[in-house]
Amino acid sequence: MRIELQQRQAPSAIARLLAPVLALAAAFLLGGVVVAAMGRSPLAALDVYVLQPLSDPWALQEMVVKATPLVLIAVGLSFCFRANLWNIGAEGQFVVGAICGSTVALATHGTEAGAWVLPAMLLLGTLGGMAWASVPAFLRARFGVSEILTSLMLVYVAELILDYLVRGPWRDPKGFNFPQSVTFDEAATLPFLTDGGRLHVGILMALVAVVVAFVVMGHTIFGYRLRVTGEAPRAARFSGFSEPRTTFIVFAISGGLAGLAGIVEVAGQIGQLKPSISPGYGFTAIIVAFLGRLNPFGILLAGLVMALTFIGGEAAQITLRLPFDLTRTFQGILLFCVLGADALVTYRVRLVRGAPAQAAGRAA
Amino acid sequence: MKRLFTHLLATAALALVAGSASAQDKLKVGFIYVGPVGDHGWSYQHDVGRKAIEEALGDKVETSYVESVPEADSERAIEQLARTGHKLIFTTSFGFMEPTLKVARKYPDVKFEHATGIKRADNVSTYAAKFHEGRYVIGQIAAKMSKTGVIGYVGAYPIPEVVSGINAYFLGAQSVRPDIKIKVVWANSWYDPGKEADAAKALLDQGVDVMAQHTDSPAPLQAAEARGLFGFGQASDMIRFAPKTQLTAIVDNWNDYYVARTKAVLDGTWKSEDTWGGLDSGMVKMAPYTNMPDDVKKMAEETEEAIRTGKLNPFKCPVLKQDGSEVECQGGTALSDEQVLGMNFYVKGIEDKLPQ
Repeated sequence: MRIELQQRQAPSAIARLLAPVLALAAAFLLGGVVVAAMGRSPLAALDVYVLQPLSDPWALQEMVVKATPLVLIAVGLSFCFRANLWNIGAEGQFVVGAICGSTVALATHGTEAGAWVLPAMLLLGTLGGMAWASVPAFLRARFGVSEILTSLMLVYVAELILDYLVRGPWRDPKGFNFPQSVTFDEAATLPFLTDGGRLHVGILMALVAVVVAFVVMGHTIFGYRLRVTGEAPRAARFSGFSEPRTTFIVFAISGGLAGLAGIVEVAGQIGQLKPSISPGYGFTAIIVAFLGRLNPFGILLAGLVMALTFIGGEAAQITLRLPFDLTRTFQGILLFCVLGADALVTYRVRLVRGAPAQAAGRAA
Repeated sequence: MKRLFTHLLATAALALVAGSASAQDKLKVGFIYVGPVGDHGWSYQHDVGRKAIEEALGDKVETSYVESVPEADSERAIEQLARTGHKLIFTTSFGFMEPTLKVARKYPDVKFEHATGIKRADNVSTYAAKFHEGRYVIGQIAAKMSKTGVIGYVGAYPIPEVVSGINAYFLGAQSVRPDIKIKVVWANSWYDPGKEADAAKALLDQGVDVMAQHTDSPAPLQAAEARGLFGFGQASDMIRFAPKTQLTAIVDNWNDYYVARTKAVLDGTWKSEDTWGGLDSGMVKMAPYTNMPDDVKKMAEETEEAIRTGKLNPFKCPVLKQDGSEVECQGGTALSDEQVLGMNFYVKGIEDKLPQ
């Protein structure tokens, strides 16, 4: 007996709509089983993980802050992934964006430089991310090198450059030899939306990115071309869409947004450069992009859900003494369920009795 | 399966009851760890201290922790502890410094304790241990045990806390074997067993036959064990990870300090201060000396005793920099605490360049 996946003739629209909801429910159910197996109450876990943060203004605000870089990066990644191009190196583009943007902050440190500083930082951050992403794009378009490997490897290069800078030329001379830059001036720090809160204007940029991406993806020729390139590359070639050009554009978009996220995180949250400025946002954003099914609004939602798992996970450690690994496990379960539900909408699972398919039979 | 579900129902019911009945007058003490409690080194040892508080003060306290908190994203986790009623919060890595101070400003009635930090506030104390005292002891052991005359060191980051450890280690080694050589590799992480092991292997490939490390996992020690060489445990007694290899370990003993500070909050006598304890206060302890000949063991014990009683200071003057110039002796007969805490140079004899 074996299991076969058969493509459905016409996937049901209702099923497609309900799939993420069911996936979420299934993930919570499975998560509950894991919690129970660890000897804790799943209901209490649900309360601490989800209900309490969602009913607490502070936690909601923290959720938005945490989701900001994830959403920015994931929206950019969705362009690549839609075109079947695999930019795995958003983490590196994030770091390079932070470095490039910070040059302005550090150059104007201690001066009376005015309101132009922040826009310049954001612009340079975006351009830096773009430039970093254009390397794998170029190698792919020109030589057919796998962008998966090159973009990933450039992550480590970026991290080491940052490491070198904060240890060497950019180290705070008054910082006891600790590897970190000076703390940015007021003029180089993103303004906050609320008093005493941590909600910086970066979240507005993430929202703008979502809306713009939605319009571009669904209502422009470019968006259409992207979908065709991804879903039917041959058709795209026949209709004269240039593949190298698409490659460059989608890498520029995703690199730019990752770079923007980097400088936003540094100027909004951290306030200085350190050897490590990201707890892996660039990688987590890949999950966010797929959780949101590559739809900008879906990504917004997915980013918030992902942020919720982090914040709820911390609360669960404090009140229920559930380990951090559970948060990671749950994130994995969530992704698994969403992808699984999507597969089930598109394919029918059939149990086939008797002899295995011929090819498989020979292999066995 | 059936048991699972009965358990599930029972705990659900229990949690609902317990949620409302938890005593309000208990002092809640929170911890932020940079690694997982299962790192069996740095974070593990802080967690041992947390458990010591529970053991010593029983039902007067309630403790909780958040593990694997990235330094760049720690403010939220610290604040989460502060706003859930924790009145004493230990943040146990250098990188938590700015976030700790930020949260402390927002919660003036909460007491904070920042490990290995250099900035204090009215409600922020700092504390650290004089690990370098233990380093001097293991440096002597390493020099005695090494056949190749080359000893190795895996460092996390080139910050003063780590650099002073390397210097003390080397000075100890030099004191018994003037021609000893040291090689240093930076892991650029506090906790990354893969990287730590790679760094250790790189050193072992270069002829190093005694391994020391200032990172958080037993990986470098295990790498030495795999080659049948020697090494030291760090932060915690790691003998069970390398029974044939560990010579001793520098054990961070936070228990007494944590219990004392918690008591101080309970009594209302807590105030912001800086604590730097060494072998004499018991904050630094040496694990049993194993896998070495008796004469080496005797030497180590004598050195440990001399440091404990203040007869020997690892940084006794004159201390020479790499270029042979003498470091100004600000502490009378030895370097001052400030000089050790801000150390950013290698001592003479280390043939390597400190990343600057």
